[in-house]
Amino acid sequence: MDLSYTAEEEAFRAEARQWLRANVPAEPLPSLETAEGFAAHREWEARLYADRWSVVSWPAEYGGRGVDIFRWLAFEEEYYAAGGPGRVSQNGISLLAPTLFDHATDEQRARVLPSMASGEVIWAQAWSEPESGSDLASLRSRAVRTDGGWLLSGQKTWSSRAAFADRAFGIFRTDSEAAKPHHGLTYLMFDLSAPGVSVRPIGRLDGKPAFAELFLDGVFVPDEDIIGEPGQGWRIAMSTTGNERGLTLRSPGRFLAVADRLAGLWRTHGDPSDTALRDRVADAVIGARAYQLFTCANASRFAAGADIGAESSLNKVFWSEYDIALHESALDLLGPDAELAESEWAEGYVFSLAGPIYAGTNEIQRDIIAERLLGLPKGRR
Amino acid sequence: MRFLLDDEQREFARSLDAMLTASDTPAVVRAWAAGNHGPGRGLWARLAQAGVFALAIPEAYEGVGPLPVELAVAFTELGRHAVPGPVVETVAAGVLLGGVGGAAAKEWLPRLASGAASATLRMDGYGPYALDADAVDAVFTVTGDELRLAPGPGALSVSCDPARRLWRPGPGGELLASGPRVARAAGRAARWAAFATAAQALGTGEALLRATVAYVKQRTQFGTAIGSFQAVKHRLSDTLIGLEFARPLLYGAALALAGEAPDAGAEVAAAKVTAGEAGYAAARAALQLHGAVGYTQELDLSLWLRKARPLRDAWGTPGACRARVLADGPAVSAARPPVSEDFAQ
Repeated sequence: MDLSYTAEEEAFRAEARQWLRANVPAEPLPSLETAEGFAAHREWEARLYADRWSVVSWPAEYGGRGVDIFRWLAFEEEYYAAGGPGRVSQNGISLLAPTLFDHATDEQRARVLPSMASGEVIWAQAWSEPESGSDLASLRSRAVRTDGGWLLSGQKTWSSRAAFADRAFGIFRTDSEAAKPHHGLTYLMFDLSAPGVSVRPIGRLDGKPAFAELFLDGVFVPDEDIIGEPGQGWRIAMSTTGNERGLTLRSPGRFLAVADRLAGLWRTHGDPSDTALRDRVADAVIGARAYQLFTCANASRFAAGADIGAESSLNKVFWSEYDIALHESALDLLGPDAELAESEWAEGYVFSLAGPIYAGTNEIQRDIIAERLLGLPKGRR
Repeated sequence: MRFLLDDEQREFARSLDAMLTASDTPAVVRAWAAGNHGPGRGLWARLAQAGVFALAIPEAYEGVGPLPVELAVAFTELGRHAVPGPVVETVAAGVLLGGVGGAAAKEWLPRLASGAASATLRMDGYGPYALDADAVDAVFTVTGDELRLAPGPGALSVSCDPARRLWRPGPGGELLASGPRVARAAGRAARWAAFATAAQALGTGEALLRATVAYVKQRTQFGTAIGSFQAVKHRLSDTLIGLEFARPLLYGAALALAGEAPDAGAEVAAAKVTAGEAGYAAARAALQLHGAVGYTQELDLSLWLRKARPLRDAWGTPGACRARVLADGPAVSAARPPVSEDFAQ
């Protein structure tokens, strides 16, 4: 058993640290869920890309450095320890890109990935529909064959980043005669500025337009923007959500950095006699370490050739609930200042509240854990 | 980095599991609880033969240690099979004597490593009791910076878990060593005790989860297996999450102990509180989902249910472990501006 990094890995880490120290903005950027903040975060993505730090795990031809999972983990630790801004390209990088690497043509990869890496094109997801949330396979938005492509119609909702993003990806029903609901679905990409697309931003709990509704009325999608075979969309999408919940959506570095800040807040603001709050701060520090080590174990299995399957549901439930508890402890430490919205803690808290809901609700994740990891029988939800 | 057990370590776990499964440990626990140590001693000898008690004792004293990863593997299996007796305390006594050195180490360590002798101990800061003092060859005490061999035990208290029999050693007994090296060795022994207890708690939780999953698959109500109900599934999923996130902390602590890392105390404390709480949460879930039959001493499940709580608290209560994590954990980075400025806006 070994938790150490090689000399080459440490050299990579040091290079990242040096670059981040010189380049991370001294002042936090405005919230990425605002027009101004979105633009600032897009500029930051371009800066990362210019020096090939935006997608370190991708092959060099698409703007990456081709590093393995361990160097990626090290980069993420350095990134968040240096106070790196939230990643506005996250949806594209961690959801669409893995799908493209697994299922797209070379032409599609060459066309889509570099502009994703540079922040020139920011991607939104288009999964949920008003009547299809956890039961995603029941979705009704359709894509109908036309000359040289498909015409989309229907409605998508809860599309993260869609208020300001450039393009979107999702699954659409292309065969309404298919034997089962999750057959006859197709994975595709489309322009949010295309004729027939209306974007209605939705204010999240604090009012910021973090997501949007998409109304689609005869939106043309050329054949070149279909990923994989028509009708295979469910299988392709599930490989994406597996990835999303697995190793790459929330890196341990992110939580280690926030837990570190919380421990600092405890030292400066904590009342030593408040052992109840002290215990929660300790739990935040322990939880970040547990998540880091859990990820190291999974990364080791992955590097040894194992698939990360239903185990990723353990991950998702853990980090999403952990994130809320961590921020709640910070708010308790801040006392009356906790109510002020313009702080990183308040922003982080509001963001964390969505964690147990998106990327597959935690109720669905617990069903997956029970059925696939513990072997319990399927039942009515 | 390769944060996984190797083939040999997995095989060690498998062989212990097979040996313990064949040993009918529930019968051993019940005998132990009734004051009949015979079957427990037999099991002790088999564990010693498998090398379990040599893992924390250095080669100079006829051990094979320190091998904390292998110790975590072994004690997870001991927990999984509810092995009774002062297994943790014997390991900790070995670490204590190894740290002190001298005649006491020469006299006791080879015998502890081979299983010819067993020991228990009481140390300042971890309560007034020694576990299973009537079943061992030596009761060690650390008071201040004095290491003593306590005189033979008097009447033992009855515990909520009858298989954990407690005795309160008085002051006195033969002075074996004193001074700062005793205090240092005691600190090290306490870390190993907490570490081994964490592994035992993890194994206890795993066994409780496994038994409960089996039960809810076969128990039917309303015409269907209760394991198909979401309320049941979600409770068991949370139990699994608790255990699966405790495991990497346990092995992280093992590597910290192996490398004598400066923050080994914090790493062990993090593993102890997390495994202890996860094991206890598994016990609560197991009891609830078994229903009334789980509340009976007749069902073997009770042997694990009763152990989970004391293991959560022994050799470092949750509160003490959390305090240790904050006191000794990784330094807070100075990368961020002071908080008051963050919130001045």
